[in-house]
Amino acid sequence: MKEKAVQMEHVSLEYNKIPILSDINLSIDEKEFVAVIGPNGGGKTTLLKIILGLIKPDKGLVKVLGKSPENARTRIGYLPQHTNFDPSFPMNVFECVLMGRYKGLFKNYSVEDKNAVLNALKTVKMEEYVDRQLGRLSGGQIQRVLIARTLVREPELLLLDEPMASIDPEMQNEFYKLLAKISKNMTIIMVSHDIGVVSAHVENIICLNRELFCHSPPELAVKSLADVYQCPVELIAHGIPHRVLDKHVKENSDEY
Amino acid sequence: MENLAHIPFGKERIRMFEILQYGFMQNAFIAAVLVSLACGVVGTYVVIKKIVFISGGISHAAFGGIGLGYLIGLNPIITAIPFSILTALSIGFLSKKVELSEDTAIGILWSVGMALGIIFVNLSPGYAPDLMSYLFGSILTVPLFDLIIMLVLDIIILLTVFVFRREFTAISFDDEFSKVVGIPSDVMYMLLLCLVALSVVVLIKAVGVILIIALLTIPAAISKNFTYNIHRLMVYSTLTGIILTSIGLWLSYLFNLASGATIVLVLGFAFILVSLIKKI
Repeated sequence: MKEKAVQMEHVSLEYNKIPILSDINLSIDEKEFVAVIGPNGGGKTTLLKIILGLIKPDKGLVKVLGKSPENARTRIGYLPQHTNFDPSFPMNVFECVLMGRYKGLFKNYSVEDKNAVLNALKTVKMEEYVDRQLGRLSGGQIQRVLIARTLVREPELLLLDEPMASIDPEMQNEFYKLLAKISKNMTIIMVSHDIGVVSAHVENIICLNRELFCHSPPELAVKSLADVYQCPVELIAHGIPHRVLDKHVKENSDEY
Repeated sequence: MENLAHIPFGKERIRMFEILQYGFMQNAFIAAVLVSLACGVVGTYVVIKKIVFISGGISHAAFGGIGLGYLIGLNPIITAIPFSILTALSIGFLSKKVELSEDTAIGILWSVGMALGIIFVNLSPGYAPDLMSYLFGSILTVPLFDLIIMLVLDIIILLTVFVFRREFTAISFDDEFSKVVGIPSDVMYMLLLCLVALSVVVLIKAVGVILIIALLTIPAAISKNFTYNIHRLMVYSTLTGIILTSIGLWLSYLFNLASGATIVLVLGFAFILVSLIKKI
């Protein structure tokens, strides 16, 4: 039997008596490229943090790469939504990405690690900025560096929390191409707001608003979006090239 | 400082080399170097991890350890070591494991530590002759024994930072990511706070518990203007510390001023100067 990348059974979580996630059952295959969408406060980030083992659910079972989240953590790459570091932090691009190759106490970085860093920077097209101090990069450039820091770990499972937030549209397209390329080698779970663009690129969509509404290919997922957002949703797929999707919902999308 | 009264003053120009002939001055300069090493290396992390007020809390609470020294009749520098480490661990523990914000934990330990120190001194027999030197520092009267303790603590600090430099830098930069890559970040944070505690002990004799925070922050804050490399930042901070504390020491001797306060004022003045030049 094929090992599942993520498996969740009856996972529930409350915070200060407010339910964040309730009874989530989820199974993500290896090498699946899936987007998690849903409104703000729908528990998307929390779901990622549960997979990482940074948050423990109150109830339910979580298995990541066949292990407990804590034990699988070293095989997971994670790009948080906000990385609030000090822009004047004394660190350059190379040193930042090198942290992704951390192997344990007392273990120094090898030549191999350093080459992996340069390769990862090439992948995100930031190789010219190796020596640049982080505070002197734009938001989008920082995001690419942080993605390189995640990729350099050669993870089996990649968790991206709103990775497109600070990337300009042209770069976004490049970025989806990059994700499509790397998704051949690893499972990718991406949290996103941009339903339209996302659905043109991913295999499956998970709709999440406290409960799991669906986990299905984009064409089918659109149907349940209205339930998730509790208003009609139109699928606007800006950014070319992309798959053109069938319309499932009404035209009046003014409320969204 | 009355023990300086016999030194010829004002008649001739006082040169640095002349004053170095006095044994206590040599001790003071050695102390300045040892102090600058601790504040250059640990101060760098204090500034970039933004734990200035935790360090302030630890340094003030260390006064409890000094009071304990008076009470049980040991060298206060010795008793300050376990006491400040305990404070550092308590602040770290309270803020990580208990639902209590870190600044509240700092506020509690800061004042409780000092209060304990005052009570301990109260309870000690006789009166505490050089209590002021622990509060406000007296780098001119550091005895050899204290210098040796400072040297040992410096070596411990430097070795620990050398061994765990990757972890300290990672948790300072991005705590969440360091957990994800498998760094025991809570343990590392506690260890870093212990290093702050040790450097507090190194610094007590120089500027006193009340002014320690200046030495842990200002040299690193000044040096941060000149480099984006963390290791260079440590070296620059140490050098800045040596130069500025020496100037402070010399000025305090020249004008017969309190050494701790003079050193802090020199640091503050240098910081303002560098910030202004940077602006222009």
